[in-house]
Amino acid sequence: MTQRTHSRASRALQACFPFTIPVMAGYVFLGITYGILMTSSGMPVWLPPLTGALIYTGSMEFLLVQILASAFNPLSAFVTALMVGARHLFYGIAMLGRYRDTGRKKPYLIFSTTDETFAVNYSASIPADVDHGWFYLWVSALDQCYWVAGTAIGAVCGSMLTFNTKGLDFVMTTMFAVIFLNQWLTSTAEAKKHGIYGFLRSHAAECIGLLGSLACLLVFGPDNFIVPSMITILVLLTALRGPIERNLPVVEKQPAPERQD
Amino acid sequence: MDPLHIAITIGVVILATVLDRFIPYILFPSGKPIPAYVQYLGRVLGPAVFGLLVIYCLRNVNLLAWPYGIPEAIALLIVWASYLWKRNMMVSMAAGTILYMVLVQTVFVA
Repeated sequence: MTQRTHSRASRALQACFPFTIPVMAGYVFLGITYGILMTSSGMPVWLPPLTGALIYTGSMEFLLVQILASAFNPLSAFVTALMVGARHLFYGIAMLGRYRDTGRKKPYLIFSTTDETFAVNYSASIPADVDHGWFYLWVSALDQCYWVAGTAIGAVCGSMLTFNTKGLDFVMTTMFAVIFLNQWLTSTAEAKKHGIYGFLRSHAAECIGLLGSLACLLVFGPDNFIVPSMITILVLLTALRGPIERNLPVVEKQPAPERQD
Repeated sequence: MDPLHIAITIGVVILATVLDRFIPYILFPSGKPIPAYVQYLGRVLGPAVFGLLVIYCLRNVNLLAWPYGIPEAIALLIVWASYLWKRNMMVSMAAGTILYMVLVQTVFVA
């Protein structure tokens, strides 16, 4: 590594670490839970960290515990994983522009996309003097380390934990809730110029995401609503493209959230 | 399942998640211009998907049985109110999570 690359990399690491602290709290805790679940269903200690690193989709890994405890059916496992992970298609489309010029880092950035890593890399306002590619890379790598570390801790010494962690997983909910509000506030600035219809149009994407998913949750239930929600969101965003697009800022760059410190 | 079946099952699950992650980038590689419709989706899917993620996190909350989603509602109100006030992501997340843990461990014990 040359001196210049080295300083760019370490500058980006310093800049991104604070953004990953909430993910650390959530991932270590959820990883421990997964490690305990896997080993308590009779799997070897090394399997949670291995699957944690290679599958690296929390929701799918928790399902995997149940799948491995049932009859062998690889096709059903494949389709289930494809459906559960389908929201990554949305993350990919949303990150196409940001990950476009990341060169050799790109395959790893794509592989290590998760709900939380997407959330940080999509919403962080990266300081001007920080290399974007390195920022994305460190966020992705740190998050994955947190997750794998958590699964290993859970697998090795999960049964020794006595601290009452009930409710700690709510940290993920608070993260998505804050980012959602931030998106809302970003479009509010635009909305004020256009009156009540402008308000509705400017928040159309947030409303479609929130209410469309809520409707699908009520209709399809908690275990099967993700894919119907994605279809609903896609159909509504496509049908309302004209009015929504008129309210998007003209510049190509996506609206950046407030600086988080 | 025996070890071979476990290995195969894990293998297909890895394959499926890798496919989900790479498909958008394979369809729209760096060198080629991205169609206008996909660019539009790239800009609006972000805000929409965070709405989906909030609902996803709350999917197992039962509004019809005790505690009726009250701890979640209180904690989220604090998260949003504190963020509107201080605009500090970490403070809001810490406040909401700690409050939620206290609520479900002491006040709303199932």
